[in-house]
Amino acid sequence: MPITKNIARSLAALTLGVTAGTALAGPTLDAINKRGTLVCGVHTGLTGFSAPDRNGKYAGIDVDYCKALAAAILGSPDKVKYVPLTAQQRFTALQSGEIDLLSRNTTWNSKRDTTMGSVFPGVWFFDGQAFVVNSKKNPKVRKLADLNKASVCVETGTTTERNLADYARANKLTFKPVVFEGQEATEKAFQSGRCDAYTTDSSGIAAMLVNLPSRADYTVLPEIISKEPLGPMLRRNDQEFFAIMRWMIFALQQAEESGVTQANVLQMKAESKDPTIQRLTGASGEVGKGLGLDADWAVRAIQAVGNYGESYDRNIKPLGLTRGMNALWNKGGLMYPMPLD
Amino acid sequence: MNSHATARRPASERSRDWLRQNLFSSPANTLTTLLVLTLLAWLAGRFFSWAVLNAVWGQASVATCNALMGQGACWAVVADKWQQMLFGIYPQAEQWRPALAVLVFCSILVLSAMRACWRVRRLLVLWVGGSLLCAWLMAGGLGLTPVPTALWGGLPITLMLAVFGTLFAFPLGILLALGRRSSLPILRAASISYIELVRGVPLITVLFMASIMFALFLPEGVSFDKLLRAQVAIILFNAAYLAEVVRAGLQALPRGQYEAADALGLGYWQTQLLVVLPQALKITIPAQVNSFIDNFKDTSLVIIVSIFDFLYAVRQAVISDLDWRHYFVEGYLFAMAVYWLFCYTMSHYSQWLEQHLSRDQRN
Repeated sequence: MPITKNIARSLAALTLGVTAGTALAGPTLDAINKRGTLVCGVHTGLTGFSAPDRNGKYAGIDVDYCKALAAAILGSPDKVKYVPLTAQQRFTALQSGEIDLLSRNTTWNSKRDTTMGSVFPGVWFFDGQAFVVNSKKNPKVRKLADLNKASVCVETGTTTERNLADYARANKLTFKPVVFEGQEATEKAFQSGRCDAYTTDSSGIAAMLVNLPSRADYTVLPEIISKEPLGPMLRRNDQEFFAIMRWMIFALQQAEESGVTQANVLQMKAESKDPTIQRLTGASGEVGKGLGLDADWAVRAIQAVGNYGESYDRNIKPLGLTRGMNALWNKGGLMYPMPLD
Repeated sequence: MNSHATARRPASERSRDWLRQNLFSSPANTLTTLLVLTLLAWLAGRFFSWAVLNAVWGQASVATCNALMGQGACWAVVADKWQQMLFGIYPQAEQWRPALAVLVFCSILVLSAMRACWRVRRLLVLWVGGSLLCAWLMAGGLGLTPVPTALWGGLPITLMLAVFGTLFAFPLGILLALGRRSSLPILRAASISYIELVRGVPLITVLFMASIMFALFLPEGVSFDKLLRAQVAIILFNAAYLAEVVRAGLQALPRGQYEAADALGLGYWQTQLLVVLPQALKITIPAQVNSFIDNFKDTSLVIIVSIFDFLYAVRQAVISDLDWRHYFVEGYLFAMAVYWLFCYTMSHYSQWLEQHLSRDQRN
């Protein structure tokens, strides 16, 4: 039965080939090291998070995270390939292996953390949906309840639209949503007086208001109606890379807490007697080894982008946003780096 | 007789008649005409004073523009960011390369539009050589810094997707059209199903399939270039439309042409290549150009799969800049002007081509 044997042999070869292929593709970290570049999915253009700057180079707080990882894993913040992704594409790009990680202001929720083949290692930025009103037109509006029966400009196809409806129902308010396609169309409509208020994430409102000549006419209302914890994402079942991504967030925040900056990190490593700083900079302890990296991983990351606060000041502060929830836990915020040991 | 008489009267009289007949034939029509004219004049005046008279021209600071916001256009945004608008996020130091590539590409188009170049060998040399030169300029290597396609953007992308999208779709479309009219049942059924299936779905769906679903079918780690995938999707999509254009031409030919070819003893391919297609393609030129213009404008849909065509590059250049982000209307108008320039040239060329070739036919 030579034919059967041949079939059996080719089947075996096929199976082996497939298994070998899976073993070679291995965890993300192996792939990154082999390739020599980190492939990072970013936003196509969102000021402060990831957008091309004047020189056409990607910049922003989400981009900084990619750079920090590349510096820690590959030794240089420039060894990153950015893949700009639209909202529709981002998850498939991650699932299909086109990118190593997604750093594209994505809200952490249970669905994305469980059923989509992806996980979040932590929060990189706390955002939330806010409202801005034209106070020249509506001088009496001070809080959200004053906006009852008002028209609200909102971008279509976003969770913003759903949040607005949910909030109105829960609080027995009526809003007249006026829906537009695209961020700039919605902003322009609001500015030209088409609606009483405009709702989107606070970072989006801040970006609109900065450099607006008629800035004085607008008031941002104090209420935040949704939780938008934004964070990076990676594929499931990759504990090594998960740990690196999670502890990168903590390391950069710990650096801010301990006062380690881009400028003084080398000096700190050499001179500091503080045990936390020593562990962070690899002067003592085995944090890097635990992650499968060398001792200087965090030093390189801090040299590349600075600590979390420095990255925030460079990217988000120009939007006119205060630290708020994104301040460290001991400064009234929610950022709480877990202890290094 | 009547028309003969009109034609001999002086032009001024004729235009007066035309006006009276079409615009002022009754009091109601006169009123409507006057109202619409007033409205148009008012709108045009406002637009002119905004776009030209009160506008900020040339290099200027954001503050100058902000002071005039709402009254005058701020063309300074285009003056400041035109490079990023035209070439997207292509590395700035290397932007002479896409600029040169666009120039080469446009020259190929212009040259192949000229009669002197209508020889198979010349066209082949022109296109193969020109395309390779452009590809080398864009991608780099052989002495130039390599630039991955993820960084390509702007006008080169739009031109490339549109032109190659039509060029390669053409032979495929002709084959499909011939297949649809073939007497072989399986071939005919296959052609019909392909054409109707593709024409039944929007381009966005095809792009989505090519860019997102296709990646899921491949084994992990294997991936084709995203730009290439989109380009192939556009080619396959256009082929179905061009097939219908060509089929219209095939059907318009009198049966006598086929019969005469048969009588001469020509085989199937000889009949098609020597008798049928030259005539069928000639009479469908307007529809072909139409299809190309459609395709040129449709390329702006590729942003849905994160490829930065010209329109998106303009948007991105303005929106992502904190200083200029309130001046996107000016950016979009600039994009409009560029699109218009290309489409207008193409439609004019098609008119010329049609007249030119029909003159040939008469002689």
